[in-house]
Amino acid sequence: MALSKRLAQVGRECVACGTCMKVCPRAAIRVVSGVAARVDGALCVGCGKCAKICPADVIAIVERGTAG
Amino acid sequence: MKKKWYDYLWIGELLYWTLGLCNILFAWLGMLFFTIPLLVALIGGSKAYCHRYCGRGQLLGLLGKKLSRNAPPPKFLRSRWFRYGFLAFFMVMFGLMLRGTWMVFTGAPLRQTVTLLWVFKLPWQWAEVDMVAPWIAQFAFGFYGVMMTSTVLGLATMALFRPRSWCVYCPMGTMTQGICMLKQKKEDGGCGGESQKHCGAAENSGQ
Repeated sequence: MALSKRLAQVGRECVACGTCMKVCPRAAIRVVSGVAARVDGALCVGCGKCAKICPADVIAIVERGTAG
Repeated sequence: MKKKWYDYLWIGELLYWTLGLCNILFAWLGMLFFTIPLLVALIGGSKAYCHRYCGRGQLLGLLGKKLSRNAPPPKFLRSRWFRYGFLAFFMVMFGLMLRGTWMVFTGAPLRQTVTLLWVFKLPWQWAEVDMVAPWIAQFAFGFYGVMMTSTVLGLATMALFRPRSWCVYCPMGTMTQGICMLKQKKEDGGCGGESQKHCGAAENSGQ
């Protein structure tokens, strides 16, 4: 399957609350070891649901390839 | 997606408040909300409590669907200094509450008030607490105040910002994340501190 043009990127100040996990329709984001959320680039379609609900506002939707 | 049993734990939160209003001694049950996340972080090394089992977070999420402005929160709310500063402040206030309990244990009179937002003393004279030692009742009054204060703050930030804004600066969440970071560092020198930037970014295959 072709990858989407955009994907979610989690910022450094993620509080690992896991709110993003609950809304991701592709299970592409999960909190790793209680430290921070991590996006699976192969699964993420950049729909932005996680960015919209993130209570800390640390998720951005970026162009694929520009994610740092 | 099919709901699981833990998706209904917000009912437990409502039950806690109702039981506490009926009898303040039920405030002791709130200790579960303190100890379980810590045990999950210490033993399991995860924040599964926040993700799955936090009734307060679920309740704020549900209420926020109707009552939240859904506005991005101010940046300071997620900053490390604010989160750890708030945790420290909360712990100091918790310590003062424990001191009050100790004073009653050593003979001071019981104060039948619930302190809201660390300042406002709500009279709670209807409480029937004769069946237990005064210090047990004093702890219940103090603890109910702590829980009520955090709930009021959670509701305020839910309305002003995003539904689960409380999760950003929740002292338990900060503490459990700190524990997980320490565990992670200890295990593989991984995702704590400066290196955390590598943990959140979309760094897996397919970028």
